[in-house]
Amino acid sequence: MRWFDRMRKSVSTLFRRHSETARLDEEMRFHLEQEEAERMRNGQTPDEARKAARREFGNPTVLRDEVRRGWNWGWLDTLARDLRFSTRALMRAPGFTVTAVAVMALCIGATMCLFTVVRSVLLEPLPFHDPDSLVMVYEHWRASTSGNPYNPVAPGDFYEWRAQTHGFADMASYHDSSLTVSGDHGEMPEMVAAQKGTWNLFPLLGVTPALGRTFREDEDRVGDNHFAILTWSFFQRRFGGDATIVGKTIRMAAKPYTVVGVLPAWFVYPDAQTQVWVPFADGETVERLHEHDNHYPYVVARMKPGVSLKTATDEVSALQYRMHVRYAGQPVAEDAISRPIIDDVVQDVKTPLLMMMSAVACMLLIGCLNVSNLLVARGAARQKEMAIRGALGAGRFALLREQMTETVILCGCGGGVGLLVALAGTTWLKLHWRGLPRASSIRIDLTIVLVTFGVVGLTAILAGLLPALSATQRGVLEGLKDASRGAGVGLSRARLRKALLSIEIALTVVLLLSAGLLLKSFVQLQTTDLGIAGDHLLTLRYNLPMEVYTKPEQSVAFSQSLLERVRRLPGVESAGLGSTVPGAGWDGDQVFIVPERPNYESNKQPDAMIRYADPGYFATLGVPLIAGRVFSEHDRLDQAKKVIVSEELVKRYYPGENVIGRTVVMGTDITNKKRTYEIVGVVGNTLWRVGERTKATIYFPVFSGETGYRSTLIARTSGDPLRYAVAIQKEIAALDPQLPVVEVLTIPQIVGQSTVNQSFSASLVLVFAGLSLLLAGVGLYGVLSYVVTQRVPEIGIRIALGAQRGQVLELVLRDGLRPVMSGLAVGIGGGVAVGYVIRSLLYQTKPLDPIVFAVMAMLLLTVAAIASAAPAWRASSIDPMQALRTE
Amino acid sequence: MGRPNDLVQGTLGLLILKTLSLEPKHGWAIGKRIQQISNDVLQVQQGSLYPALQRLEQQGWIRSKWAETETGRQARFYSLTAAGRAQLEKEREMWLRLSTAIDLVVES
Repeated sequence: MRWFDRMRKSVSTLFRRHSETARLDEEMRFHLEQEEAERMRNGQTPDEARKAARREFGNPTVLRDEVRRGWNWGWLDTLARDLRFSTRALMRAPGFTVTAVAVMALCIGATMCLFTVVRSVLLEPLPFHDPDSLVMVYEHWRASTSGNPYNPVAPGDFYEWRAQTHGFADMASYHDSSLTVSGDHGEMPEMVAAQKGTWNLFPLLGVTPALGRTFREDEDRVGDNHFAILTWSFFQRRFGGDATIVGKTIRMAAKPYTVVGVLPAWFVYPDAQTQVWVPFADGETVERLHEHDNHYPYVVARMKPGVSLKTATDEVSALQYRMHVRYAGQPVAEDAISRPIIDDVVQDVKTPLLMMMSAVACMLLIGCLNVSNLLVARGAARQKEMAIRGALGAGRFALLREQMTETVILCGCGGGVGLLVALAGTTWLKLHWRGLPRASSIRIDLTIVLVTFGVVGLTAILAGLLPALSATQRGVLEGLKDASRGAGVGLSRARLRKALLSIEIALTVVLLLSAGLLLKSFVQLQTTDLGIAGDHLLTLRYNLPMEVYTKPEQSVAFSQSLLERVRRLPGVESAGLGSTVPGAGWDGDQVFIVPERPNYESNKQPDAMIRYADPGYFATLGVPLIAGRVFSEHDRLDQAKKVIVSEELVKRYYPGENVIGRTVVMGTDITNKKRTYEIVGVVGNTLWRVGERTKATIYFPVFSGETGYRSTLIARTSGDPLRYAVAIQKEIAALDPQLPVVEVLTIPQIVGQSTVNQSFSASLVLVFAGLSLLLAGVGLYGVLSYVVTQRVPEIGIRIALGAQRGQVLELVLRDGLRPVMSGLAVGIGGGVAVGYVIRSLLYQTKPLDPIVFAVMAMLLLTVAAIASAAPAWRASSIDPMQALRTE
Repeated sequence: MGRPNDLVQGTLGLLILKTLSLEPKHGWAIGKRIQQISNDVLQVQQGSLYPALQRLEQQGWIRSKWAETETGRQARFYSLTAAGRAQLEKEREMWLRLSTAIDLVVES
């Protein structure tokens, strides 16, 4: 009860202080009346009684003050006074206030925006049950040189791991796939991103479906019954959120799938594009599920309590090595390695995000220094005021507190506006950063707001303490004397400002250099030669379903009529057909045997990327033919045991030899006649993705009639290729109305998609660097203007004594450029260090790229020159008479 | 000035609590009561009661209520809370110990 009484009193004295004070007055008045009345009863005259009562009572004002101090809210009065005072002071200098608030808002906003993203993406645990005990297990090749030691697992390996090791509580596997969803009633067909997952994946992750259930063990078997789980977004989009869909069948890949459940909305693993899940074994054969040489699935494992990750992984690794020995000659890795699932999810964005976070932190620091600089200048202008107030008895602490209140108001307003900036920024990032994992979990919540308060406090201290200390440190007398004399004032303060400026410039240089390196790397990526003539090309993707196009003849007939129809379209110069185009991704590889040299060390068997091509493919794309011929109309069906290889393959596996007419055997069995092919041509190299090394490639003829791979139609058009998209899609629909077409893209669009992350980090860091440069320029301008104002009398004397304008100009410029030079020197040192830190993000760009360093240094110097020009010019045009008179 | 001497300053709280332990009173009556009981020895500076009362209320030892006096005038009446009663006991014991000790020293 006592705490309640106390709190009631506190609250009442806080929020009803006016009525509390009134009540106190009333109480005291009552006291005096009582006392007077008693004294009059005792025979005193009213006048005597009143005076005596007052005397006995004491000074009511002092007493009232004492009471109010007792209310514990005295500091609030002081604070309110400080706030009022500071607000008024800030309102008197709107230019300064707006600039400082804008700078802080921008810097705090950008920082909080990136922090929000970093926190949601990198720091928050995944929304699974006990996510810390979830790990991903990969195969590991000892001789791997690709830089990424984590290789997908062959399905056969996975099944053996799960059956024969016991270090993990359980292991599950999944891999991506795609499915054509159609309807029984002519609904629009569409190709959706799908995942195939083992039945135990959802229980292992600890995911409860929103509707229905997850797969049962007996549903994850090779067979004719098909089951599916819908993701929430697909359930809402395609089925309108109709819960009765559970238990019904939907048509996918021309087969009926029973929907057993719907996943909750928050489940966006492994990516947000996934629309539907089917069992791991769905549509597979028993042989395929037990392959050890085909690596594509991912393996998730849950650690067993009490078993360390190393012990569990070592057990799997030992088993993997036994399989490596057992299947000698096949591509089976030696080891298994693991890493936490969160590292796996964020692997692509971790470095860029941390880099951007550092960039904004740098910018925040620069912003603080800038505001700090502005405050020092302001402090100089108010020096006389400070001195007078000090002389009148204001304590240094009180003055300091007042100055800090001002800074806190500035930073607080900045933080408030900054939160809005952060809100807008995160919304924009979520929308535009494609492939950002866990994007849906990014939000601004109370924690972020609280952290913003912390950042505001920190920036206030960073920006305000130094100027406040320097503004209040001067002795009263000195300040007054100085202010009246004018010359040589505030030299130490100018030194402080220059030091701050040097730091600011050094940080700016670091940012500029990082931005320059990233930008150059991005430009390199964008202008990478894919090995094709990429202009005026339109690509369209579709998958011929094996269930409909059961015979090779059917698919060949489809392909040929499609090509004929498209080639007839006006404006289409040529058309080709292949599995995929350069730049659009990996799309599978296979090992092969050169029959002349059939014996390989283990794991050194030749390996090539697999592509399909029709006779027009190379000409349409503009891939040059180096030797032999391209495919012809006659390389079809059973006449199609022919391949074309890339230059890289020849260089790697047939150095200096003529390959035309030689044979290769795909796979690991040299006696397999069905997989023996004759090399008929050699074509130029292409890149499978910008930023990746070229890879030996084997092209098979499209007209062999094999299906099951994805198809890409390529058209070379006159003028803007996207104008032909609808016409070509109509031709496809005319041939097969049930066939969905996806990814209608030009080559620059494909390249853009695969470089979107680089584009993001480069452009964001560039924006931050640009803003920092602007801040540094403004800072330099401010410092020099200040110095020039301070030195007006001195310069006046110099000119009066015969100094030339040019000399004065030089004097001021040198003064301004000295901190720029020292900042530049330190900044370049920092830039070199940062360059090495981010070199994994750089493509064909060295951390010490001389062009970047030269351009950025020039840029900074130019801005510095522009910023110093105005004050220097002002100094050189000082009228000596005027200057000396103002003293 | 308006402050009581040091001894009273330290014990004013105790005096007020003790005075209120019998019945609720308003400020003036508390002052009068202390004066009367102590045979006019303890002359509390009247105004200084109020900061003390506020402090005690802040501590949750007393509670105040506006009510009518017998003359029909509105006044603020203070009364002891349960916590205040306990505090009174504590301070009384302390005072007894202290005054006994002082007695022993002074009278020896």
